[in-house]
Amino acid sequence: MAEDKLRILVAKPGLDGHDRGAKVVARALRDAGFEVIYTGLHQTPEMIVSAAVDEDVDAVSLSVLSGAHMFLFPEVIKQLAEKGASDIKVFGGGIIPEEDLPKLYESGVAKIFTPGATLSEITTWVRDNIKSTKGK
Amino acid sequence: MSDLKEKYKKWEDTQLKKTLEKKPERKQKFSTLSDHVIERLYTELNLKDFDYARDLGDPGEYPFTRGVHETMYRGKLWTMRLFAGFGTAKDSNKRFHYLLEQGQTGLSVAFHMPTIMGYDSDHPRSKGEVGKTGVSIDTLEDMETLFKGIPLGEVTTSMTINAPATILFAMYLAVAEKQGVDWKKIRGTTQNDILKEYIAQKSWIYPPKPSMRLITDMMAYASEHVPGWNTISISGYHIREAGSTAVQELAFTLADGIAYVEAGIKTGLDVDTFAPRLSFFFNSHNDFFEEIAKMRAARRIWAKVMKERFKAKNPKSWMLRFHTQTAGCSLTAQQPYNNVIRTTVQALAAVMGGTQSLHTNSLDETLSLPTEETATIALRTQQIIAEESGVAATIDPLAGSYFIETLTNEIENEAMDYIQRIDDMGGMVDAIENGFPQREVGNSSYRYQQQVEKKEKIIVGINKYIVENEKPIPTLYVDEKVEQEQIENVKRIKSQRDQAKVKMYLEELKSAAKGSDNVMPHILNCVRAYGSLGEICDVFRDVFGEYHDPKWL
Repeated sequence: MAEDKLRILVAKPGLDGHDRGAKVVARALRDAGFEVIYTGLHQTPEMIVSAAVDEDVDAVSLSVLSGAHMFLFPEVIKQLAEKGASDIKVFGGGIIPEEDLPKLYESGVAKIFTPGATLSEITTWVRDNIKSTKGK
Repeated sequence: MSDLKEKYKKWEDTQLKKTLEKKPERKQKFSTLSDHVIERLYTELNLKDFDYARDLGDPGEYPFTRGVHETMYRGKLWTMRLFAGFGTAKDSNKRFHYLLEQGQTGLSVAFHMPTIMGYDSDHPRSKGEVGKTGVSIDTLEDMETLFKGIPLGEVTTSMTINAPATILFAMYLAVAEKQGVDWKKIRGTTQNDILKEYIAQKSWIYPPKPSMRLITDMMAYASEHVPGWNTISISGYHIREAGSTAVQELAFTLADGIAYVEAGIKTGLDVDTFAPRLSFFFNSHNDFFEEIAKMRAARRIWAKVMKERFKAKNPKSWMLRFHTQTAGCSLTAQQPYNNVIRTTVQALAAVMGGTQSLHTNSLDETLSLPTEETATIALRTQQIIAEESGVAATIDPLAGSYFIETLTNEIENEAMDYIQRIDDMGGMVDAIENGFPQREVGNSSYRYQQQVEKKEKIIVGINKYIVENEKPIPTLYVDEKVEQEQIENVKRIKSQRDQAKVKMYLEELKSAAKGSDNVMPHILNCVRAYGSLGEICDVFRDVFGEYHDPKWL
């Protein structure tokens, strides 16, 4: 049933315009049966968090290729918490060097996919790890 | 010809058939990276209508298929131009000096995202982004630091800047003034190709129509005051990186070019005053022959378009001169040293395709901006091709190949079909507003990714020949301190300048933007008085509004 579908917000935070990855992942998630909402480009953390809450999503997926991931990922997580929406999981990917991963996971990011990740890896991970935030 | 056909048929029916029965070919279908079908064999039969003078011409001669210059690399090697920039202007100035010492022959500036998007480093939207993807430039002072010790009359500089191109160009001219260099001696390029931003790179600020006006203002100003400047580098590179096919890259780039020429003519400029200063920028991806054919087809199509459609008379208006960058999107984070080999093949294709300048990517660019070591290997790749491989000794060495000429013809025809469709939509600006090229690129990129998943397209280290538990390689890290340093820097400059003067020039710029005066002289006044990039962009945001992308997938 449609209302049982997990809802994922795919977002492009910051000034980075590289949306190839975000769009390909969004289409793959949609084809895998999830409900996908795409924010469009150049979103601030405030805009993303407010879309996540308004759209009542189960997870937020961020794509960052501009090197600003160390600010943007933790900021989205912090602002979700401030809105009492910590049950919305945050995952994502982009040009993110290996040495930044521990800090990102520490800040509460559920999963980072680095270059070379396959679409099936991503959709499988979402299926296994994202649970509905409804009815809590 | 009919003898040949018979002979070929006989070979197919006997010898070939026998072999195929014994041992079938590796695949049912062979195709290029872009899915263009490739035949087993190309022969004279594929080139029945081939006419050397009409289809190729000699080098430096219409339609320039063999190259835009009579002697090509025998006269002068392509310009080796590595795209560089990170951190503060001081950090990047040091890298520029290093690259020039290593034998690089031109400069290419990478700006950080806030500069590209028209924000100063102290703007809230710049948080976390300062100096990360390129150099941070807020005011003329940063630009002075960036080119410190580099005589602008002697180097050529390319700047990858689009929505705020007029401002960075003005800053460059102001630095030249300070160095005492005559603007007539300045050579270089501003990317300034806003149409491909809407299609692919997505670094826009204002809507398409006012953005086109900024471009025509700059074309008019440069043709009069800075005649050696390439005002636009009409770019397919980003279209390809966003996932297009080779044909889409070519077609959309040339259709963008047609839109700029039409815009220039519409403002009353004579085509031959600005067309010679239009330059192009292509991607060189993995499929060797497809890339070479694309570049040869590009020159031939543009020559015909300029001569036949726009009736340009100056042969320089017919010539498509271009820069090439090897394909960033082809690089892998896995087994990153393999990227050196990919880049070598791609660079070789660009040289076979007759490029005027070349950037070779560094092996670590899927992870971060390049280190000094990896940038050096990238430069050495070009130097080895130029000095050791022997390929620069003769002009267009693949001409006359049954395969290359057939592929060049096919790519030309397919690109012309796209250009016709875009013309039917009312031109590229309308096509973009309808989302046509964006959708075509999005579909190609999704299809390609699915082909990779199904192993129909092989990427070494990704879906074949995988190695587990690789050791990480050292990468460049831009310290968070850069942001604080640059914020203090821009705040200091803003507090020290003549505020009344800046305010007055910004007001004058606003009136020009609202009216029809050329904005360039007003931008120059602003930057000379240390008005910042963000302040100038705010004036335009105010007058022109901002563009937001449609949220389709």
